[in-house]
Amino acid sequence: MNRSFVARNPSVLIFLALLALFTLGVTVLSEGFGVGMISTSFVKTLGKTLCLCLVAVAMDLIWGFAGILSLGHFAFFGLGGYMIGMWLMYERTRLIVVDALAQGSMPPTPQEVVDGIGNQIFGVVGSSEFPLVWAFADSLVLQLALVVAVPGLLALVFGWLAFRSRVTGVYLSILTQAMTLALALYLFQNDSGLRGNNGLSGLQNLPNVTASQDVVSMWFFWGSALALGSGYLLAAWVVSGKFGSVIRGIRDNEARVRFLGYSVEAYKLALFTLTACIAGIAGALYYPQAGIINPAEIAPIASIYLAVWVAIGGRGRLYGAVIGAAVVSLLSTWFTGGQAPDIPLGFYTVKWVDWWLVLLGLSFVGVTLFAPQGIGGLVDLISDRLRPDRHGADLGPDQGSLREKEAHK
Amino acid sequence: MSTLLEVSGVSVSFDGFRAINNLSFRIADAEMRAVIGPNGAGKTTFMDIVTGKTKPDEGRVLWGEKSVSLLKMSEAKIAQAGVGRKFQKPTVFEDQSVQENLLMALKKPRGWFPVLSYRPSEEDLAKVATLADDIGLGDALLRKSGELSHGQKQWLEIGILLAQEPRLLLVDEPAAGMTPEEREKTTDILVEAAKTRAVVVVEHDMEFVRRLNCKVTVLHEGSVLAEGSLDHVTSNQNVIDVYLGR
Repeated sequence: MNRSFVARNPSVLIFLALLALFTLGVTVLSEGFGVGMISTSFVKTLGKTLCLCLVAVAMDLIWGFAGILSLGHFAFFGLGGYMIGMWLMYERTRLIVVDALAQGSMPPTPQEVVDGIGNQIFGVVGSSEFPLVWAFADSLVLQLALVVAVPGLLALVFGWLAFRSRVTGVYLSILTQAMTLALALYLFQNDSGLRGNNGLSGLQNLPNVTASQDVVSMWFFWGSALALGSGYLLAAWVVSGKFGSVIRGIRDNEARVRFLGYSVEAYKLALFTLTACIAGIAGALYYPQAGIINPAEIAPIASIYLAVWVAIGGRGRLYGAVIGAAVVSLLSTWFTGGQAPDIPLGFYTVKWVDWWLVLLGLSFVGVTLFAPQGIGGLVDLISDRLRPDRHGADLGPDQGSLREKEAHK
Repeated sequence: MSTLLEVSGVSVSFDGFRAINNLSFRIADAEMRAVIGPNGAGKTTFMDIVTGKTKPDEGRVLWGEKSVSLLKMSEAKIAQAGVGRKFQKPTVFEDQSVQENLLMALKKPRGWFPVLSYRPSEEDLAKVATLADDIGLGDALLRKSGELSHGQKQWLEIGILLAQEPRLLLVDEPAAGMTPEEREKTTDILVEAAKTRAVVVVEHDMEFVRRLNCKVTVLHEGSVLAEGSLDHVTSNQNVIDVYLGR
């Protein structure tokens, strides 16, 4: 029990080593820094996948460990993206505007510059005024702080309201869906101040950077890998100690934890907020690689996919979430990108672009029914972890509690 | 001896059904008390009220030397104040080891922030080991509690309660589903615990109550029907009519 953190969690070391190896491999094969076997667009796909893995780790913390099936974490992910996107767009537009105005005979006044930026950014929604939410957009430091602060604050307020009223189980899931839907609908409006359904675009171009996308994509790839590594380490540390015991207790039997003298609501709120902040960081790294963010990104379905990834990867184990997010999102790219070969059946041709979702749905049902430990459960075959024989009984009376088939001795 | 818990004039109804009707109850600092009564007498509701799970419609629940009202406190706060509760069905954290279960219950700061950085000291581990020996689980420290037998889980839950160092222990049918030997051991653990704190045992089994050898409170239809030694209450005509006579 008193051995070091790494000794107690060998999987953390293995995970970090694999991640480092993967990062090194991609760097060597990239166009920007290596032999060019991996195209820049695929580097971006891999970088984005790492961000999705990070948000999956956050999802596993809240669902797999604390039993709270939040179906709204992509709202936090998207907000993080919006926050960094505002600075990227503002700063790049400013440089263009300053350049353009410098052509004139008179040096531009600061007000002219700001008006010019406003015209450029908001012309598309028929406006030129800066809304209040852009107040800090000229400062990278402040917008970076908002990447964490805005999702964190939303989670804090939402969580406080929901947990205080002891909303649990499926009702909480529905509430989180409503939250992300409401946010998406609000952002769709032109007067929300974030360019409505156009969203923020051109995010892949970093202001004042002349390096090519081949190089920039690798910067983001490294950043994403670093974030995933640190996020994984943080999550593993959080669940390794007594805090982990308490939240797993909440997952399996909330009432018991309460009668032990722990304030269940405070724990849920702390964890919910922490995972929202992690999701925000993941989003802030994802969208500059995607190049564009719009409200469709935080539609309710996105958060449901997140839960599907974690379920397929195996909830309640952090590497399971990473594996699930990586495998499913890469497969999804492959199938929907038209690269998967169609299957001609004679009377009908299976086009994967259409049938991928059906396949995903079936595998989700299959995993929950027959292999609740998910892909991560394959690790048990090597490490010889056994399942307990509980005669079909789950590990607790609560809805989020671990099922017999998910547990190990 | 000073009064530790005083419940007076408490009533609560669910959808018009009066589960507790003007109930009064008091227990001193280091006292063992058995509460008996037929099904639906309000035994479990009584525990729910004391632990803060159910809020009564009227009445007072006062705690400790300073006579603090428990009615405005949350379950967690009441537990921190020193009320420990054992459920009828053994409820331990089945996915965690005996050691983790006991460490979680040890009397330590309960806020999420101190807990985040908490790592068990040698002293804590020693305390847990001693406790595990006391409840007969010394060899099972690193086993998952889900693997334990029914009786062992009951003991573990009592161990969890003792680790909290509560001043009042509420125990709901501790001997249910136990073998005779297990019952005997359970009695020993409870009697030992009652030397230093108040213990309230809800029980159906008269043999078990007799072995506890303590004052008995008989509940019926949500209020106290009789109180005194077991021989005293069992000779009470009212008690015989509603409970023992059946």
